[in-house]
Amino acid sequence: MMLVRLALVALVMVGALAPGLLAEQTPAPLAPAVATAAAPPVAEAAPKVDSGDTAWLLASSALVLFMTPGLAFFYGGMVRKKNILSILMQCMILCCLISVQWVLFGYSLAFSPGNWFIGSLDWAGLSGVGLEPFKDYSATVPHQAFMIFQAMFAIITPALIIGAFAERIKFSAFVAFMVLWATFVYDPVAHWVWGAGGMLRDLGSLGGALDFAGGTVVHINAGVAGFVMCLCLGKRRGFNGKTNPPHNLPFVVLGAAMLWFGWFGFNSGSALAANGLAVSAFVVTNTAAAMAGLTWAVLEWLVNGKPTIFGTVTGAVAGLVAITPASGFVSVLPAILIGIGVSVLCFLAVAYLKPKLGYDDSLDAFGVHGIGGMWGALATGLFASKLVNDAGANGLFYGNPTQLLTQAIAVGATILYSGVCTFIIYKVLDAVIGVRATEKDEVIGLDLTQHREGAYTILE
Amino acid sequence: MKLVIAIIQPHRLEQVKAELYKAEVNLLTVFEVLGHGRQKGVAEVYRGMKETGNLLHKVCLEIAVNDNFVEPTIDAIVKGAQTGETGDGKIFVLPMERCIRIRTREEGTVAIG
Repeated sequence: MMLVRLALVALVMVGALAPGLLAEQTPAPLAPAVATAAAPPVAEAAPKVDSGDTAWLLASSALVLFMTPGLAFFYGGMVRKKNILSILMQCMILCCLISVQWVLFGYSLAFSPGNWFIGSLDWAGLSGVGLEPFKDYSATVPHQAFMIFQAMFAIITPALIIGAFAERIKFSAFVAFMVLWATFVYDPVAHWVWGAGGMLRDLGSLGGALDFAGGTVVHINAGVAGFVMCLCLGKRRGFNGKTNPPHNLPFVVLGAAMLWFGWFGFNSGSALAANGLAVSAFVVTNTAAAMAGLTWAVLEWLVNGKPTIFGTVTGAVAGLVAITPASGFVSVLPAILIGIGVSVLCFLAVAYLKPKLGYDDSLDAFGVHGIGGMWGALATGLFASKLVNDAGANGLFYGNPTQLLTQAIAVGATILYSGVCTFIIYKVLDAVIGVRATEKDEVIGLDLTQHREGAYTILE
Repeated sequence: MKLVIAIIQPHRLEQVKAELYKAEVNLLTVFEVLGHGRQKGVAEVYRGMKETGNLLHKVCLEIAVNDNFVEPTIDAIVKGAQTGETGDGKIFVLPMERCIRIRTREEGTVAIG
């Protein structure tokens, strides 16, 4: 059963960009049960909206939106000063672009009950997405509250990729890439994991893959896309195999702090209710971030002689990445182990693997989000416990080894799909408009050449 | 003794430094400057208001050398900074009257190196 499904995934990947596939024409022979979820919510006994849950979800949505400007400063501080505005611009334009894409058709593709691969266009323009709860996703908040919460995830995921191709992408190509990537990569993968009838939500006898707040959908997805993009685009000109010194480390710290703050909405908000599970997710999120930041600092102290602020905040962000899929399923002691594990793995990836392989992942989008996301998704299969979340499952250490396999399938499917589709999108765009900035533009800096603005003045 | 002043493209600084080390010129002061020659600067736009002729970022090097090091220093800077495009920069060589090492109060050619 599982193999058949994976074979089908591979098939669909090949033709994923073919127009028309978005419609419901792809048959769903293996998941007939999902069609039943399509009944309009008003027809059922309308569930009651809970004011506390709604308040927390709206607040969480605002928190998650705040992460994207946070990411802008986190990344912006790391680049050379001639490129900071390009990073800030790319993040802010995504807030604008994806917000609109999401209400027009993105939410519908990701969440309307379609087939196992992708939703339909039934909810395009939010038609049918009203103020009554849609009980398949969230029984106690208005459907639009769930929709806008998810919009913020759709914004930050493509923004994470920016770190991999920073300082060398043409802005027009960036905008085109992001619209295509959000539509053909993010929306289907979100549907697989969270959408009604999505294939990873229910893997038959294996149960479903656990991804509480987006370890596979957000972090692995973006991390792998970043990896592919930095390989396709090539290195920055003058890249000497080391990172350039960040031009503004205080900005990096500010951005990391904004990310940590916003992440409470990301993880705790994913409980979709103001309840005990939200509290538990909040606690493990903070714990994992703290432990990972601590671990990275200690590693640097041991390896390089001094702990750095850059390393500490990188560790904290890696911890947040890793706890994301697990946050609704693990208790606090496993969260500490997840935090330690992610810093060790990401530290190795960033400090040893990257220089050894020589790829130019400018700001470590893959090293932190890709690697951290994979560890988090697999760790969920190790440490998940039904004592934390009855709706979840037990992991390997709680007597259910198949959960680890399920997690591995979700990770593998995401890596494969994201990698292949990103590559196709890149190739098409490169043939049509060219993706990389010209040498002259790259040398002068993207701020002046792509936006005609400069961030800093020397005089006055 | 001469004072070599060079104005170069900021992104060529690493190459120029590497060439100078090869020529065993290890003393160097670097600062950021703004300016333009024939390029006439760049246009920038702020909230729709276009400003033309803005000054370009450049890097200025000052290197004090003994006479036998003047040519190697010039060669190294040219080798590191030359792209063939307008805006590569200029080198000025000035006579230098005195040079004093603060730590020891030594003066003259010994104080440079």
